Amino acid sequence: MEILFSLLKAFVVGGLICVVGQLLLDFTKLNPAKILVSFVVAGVLLGAVGIYKPIVEFAGSGATVPLTGFGYLLSEGVRKAINTDGLIGILKGGLTAGAVGISAAVLFGILVAIIFKPKKK
Amino acid sequence: MDMSYEEYGKLVKKASKGTKMYKTIPSAFLVGGIICTIGEVFRLWFVNMGMEKDHVGMWVSTILIFITAVLTGFGIFHKIAKFGGAGTFVPITGFANSVVSPALEFKVEGFVLGVSSKMFIIAGPVIVYGTIASIAAGIVFYIITLCGGTI
Repeated sequence: MEILFSLLKAFVVGGLICVVGQLLLDFTKLNPAKILVSFVVAGVLLGAVGIYKPIVEFAGSGATVPLTGFGYLLSEGVRKAINTDGLIGILKGGLTAGAVGISAAVLFGILVAIIFKPKKK
Repeated sequence: MDMSYEEYGKLVKKASKGTKMYKTIPSAFLVGGIICTIGEVFRLWFVNMGMEKDHVGMWVSTILIFITAVLTGFGIFHKIAKFGGAGTFVPITGFANSVVSPALEFKVEGFVLGVSSKMFIIAGPVIVYGTIASIAAGIVFYIITLCGGTI
């Protein structure tokens, strides 16, 4: 039962965050690339001021899987790095926290390009 | 039907705008919700396995990126994206697809100037502005610690 509730929370919150993206797509001139950039930056800012953490604690993957969650991860990375390393943490924290996602995308991107043939349009 | 080209154009625009909202918002909610739920299934599973807390999110992201890469390779992802709209590109799947899709598409231009440069066509700006925002947050955090505050 508790598991079902967790899944429901992830579904609803994740869905709602995507609806925000869809509204921006339908009613503004923003294209998907700009929306992705805005979501990551928004995630960093919401994470930095402490608004995003409670959402993550409530919705789990519903908050971490959308790209705002990636932004949140970067801001948490910087916070942690400054606490342990001081000044240099400003430059270290963000990309360190984002390393796994970026490396995974690069690795699988290269592998797919090697293995698959591009579809003719 | 007897109407001018402009009238027809307005009518089509009106009709498509109406159906657009009617369809795009629920499908974005549904697809985005499902993708996050899949992530949550893995997350709960890994937590249950006793995986280290910091690693759980990293593995969930890696798996979703992997699934997206495979679906992109087989040409299935863009069909889901057509239906899901922001529901597919707002989650990490959208970031993954934005890397994998041009990587594959520009294979014909070679692996250096094609695959590996074009794979950052959207991910590049995402990483650049994400990093800049994190540095800006970091500067504020650092000033707060200098003033004796905790972050």
